[in-house]
Amino acid sequence: MKRAGRFARGMLGAGLAFLYLPIAALIVYSFNASQAVGVWSGFSTRWYGALLDDEQILAAAWLSLRVAALNASLAALLGTLAAIALVRFGAFRGRALFAALTTAPLVMPEVILGLSALLTFVALEGLIGWPAGRGATTIVIAHVTFCMAYVAVIVQSRLAGQDPALEEAALDLGATPAVAFLRVTLPLIAPAVAAGWLLAFTLSLDDLVVASFVSGPGASTLPMVIYSKVRLGLSPEINALATLLVAAVALTLAISAWLMLRGSARGNGPD
Amino acid sequence: MTRATPRGRLLVLALPYAWLALFFLVPLLIVLKISFAQSLIAQPPYTPLVAHDADGLHLAVHLDAWRLLAGDALYAEAWLGSVAIAATTTAVCLLLGYPMAWAMARAPRRRQALLLMAVVLPFWTSFLLRVYAWMGLLGRHGPLNEALLALGLVERPLVLLHTPFAVYLGLVYAYLPFMVLPLYATLERLDEDLLEAAADLGARPGRAFLAVTLPLSLPGIVAGCVLVFVPALGELIIPDLLGGPDTLMIGKVLWDEFFANRAWPVAAALAVAMLALVGAVLVVQRALGARLAVR
Repeated sequence: MKRAGRFARGMLGAGLAFLYLPIAALIVYSFNASQAVGVWSGFSTRWYGALLDDEQILAAAWLSLRVAALNASLAALLGTLAAIALVRFGAFRGRALFAALTTAPLVMPEVILGLSALLTFVALEGLIGWPAGRGATTIVIAHVTFCMAYVAVIVQSRLAGQDPALEEAALDLGATPAVAFLRVTLPLIAPAVAAGWLLAFTLSLDDLVVASFVSGPGASTLPMVIYSKVRLGLSPEINALATLLVAAVALTLAISAWLMLRGSARGNGPD
Repeated sequence: MTRATPRGRLLVLALPYAWLALFFLVPLLIVLKISFAQSLIAQPPYTPLVAHDADGLHLAVHLDAWRLLAGDALYAEAWLGSVAIAATTTAVCLLLGYPMAWAMARAPRRRQALLLMAVVLPFWTSFLLRVYAWMGLLGRHGPLNEALLALGLVERPLVLLHTPFAVYLGLVYAYLPFMVLPLYATLERLDEDLLEAAADLGARPGRAFLAVTLPLSLPGIVAGCVLVFVPALGELIIPDLLGGPDTLMIGKVLWDEFFANRAWPVAAALAVAMLALVGAVLVVQRALGARLAVR
């Protein structure tokens, strides 16, 4: 394979620098002693201390983590079921609509997802009295609706690569469909389900727009609190928070990469 | 699961189907319905579609929101602005992303995985915080201005933040990976022999690129452009944090109509119109995809 020319390689280097420059700046300025972000005045960890004393941010982070975990679990379940139906059920009545519904949230602008979910919650509350008010529950419902689409896409591609003969062999040997699924197919698609869970967790933790629409008083997620602080100007505390989040993401990815390497070294899975 | 009982199938299908119908399909219909309502000072702040009075039930369709959308120059400006900004962002991402994807596809195998990871990684860190980072970088006393001053390129700090420039920068920054990934996927599969054949037949690199590489990578270009254009069109956080009051984008207008003005029918009408535009983009994408597949 011939290597790319000097121009293309230079562009790649510059492009990657462009992608990482802001993240590097966030980290550097989180250790800045000065209140003014951007003006360097010596090394300090005071903003990390300030962050740990900030009740509002801690409460929001806790809410966000709970919402993200519940959302990811529900989205993994529903998205996996949707993927099974789309890959293994062949033609069924309403399949075209179902396929469209599972992919449309991927290309739907966030403002529309948020607005439509809120209007539905308001209408439902007027009609049957549920959900009473808005908060963590409504955020989870709205997040699951678009996150399950991502899970479905990931699990679908893994399922499509699996040989259905394995499951059929289990059925021939007398396993019920449920047992064949749990003992044969599920272990094979487990990495995709786990990847989908992680993606759903991240998307939920990151979402500002949808949550702002469907949240209610007293239920501010972490992005909502960050946004309200950032709109007023720069804050070194937010830099410290960003650094901690980047470290958490890096750690999670390192662990999952290590688990995957270990899994493939032991010969798990066909790929 | 070809031999699963009908009941087992129904169990698998019913849960996701019902969820999506109730929380995705019905909501879109409700938005459509409310776009034909009239604003009220009440809870909820719009008129019901089916009203009843002494004459019995009747349909109350109001076109106020749509008339406002069609008549007020503010909305036309916001639409044109959004489409222009999203299109420019897409073009810049394509120009930057193509050589990047090309260099990735031509890198040694082992390094390709690493480069791919490097492009995807920023996507896993908070979008909001990455946009916020640019507020610091572009500030009046930020590192960028300090560097320009130190190099003697400018005499006074430039006003970078809260300008159209900052909005473009933020959009290109946020959506560049969405362009690079599909381009890389098609370029990586490109048959090296075709380029060699072109060279053997006497084509110069530039001609070989135009005749072979570019046409073969069209599916990736189309996919990348859609992946950048659609979210850029509805973008709200970037114009709000990096743009000034003169940056009108439709997502931001919708947000303000809803939260600041409590004009739910207008916000709903804007959402329906935005949905139609996104739908049109996807239809064009499918048509292009079908034509490319035939060739």
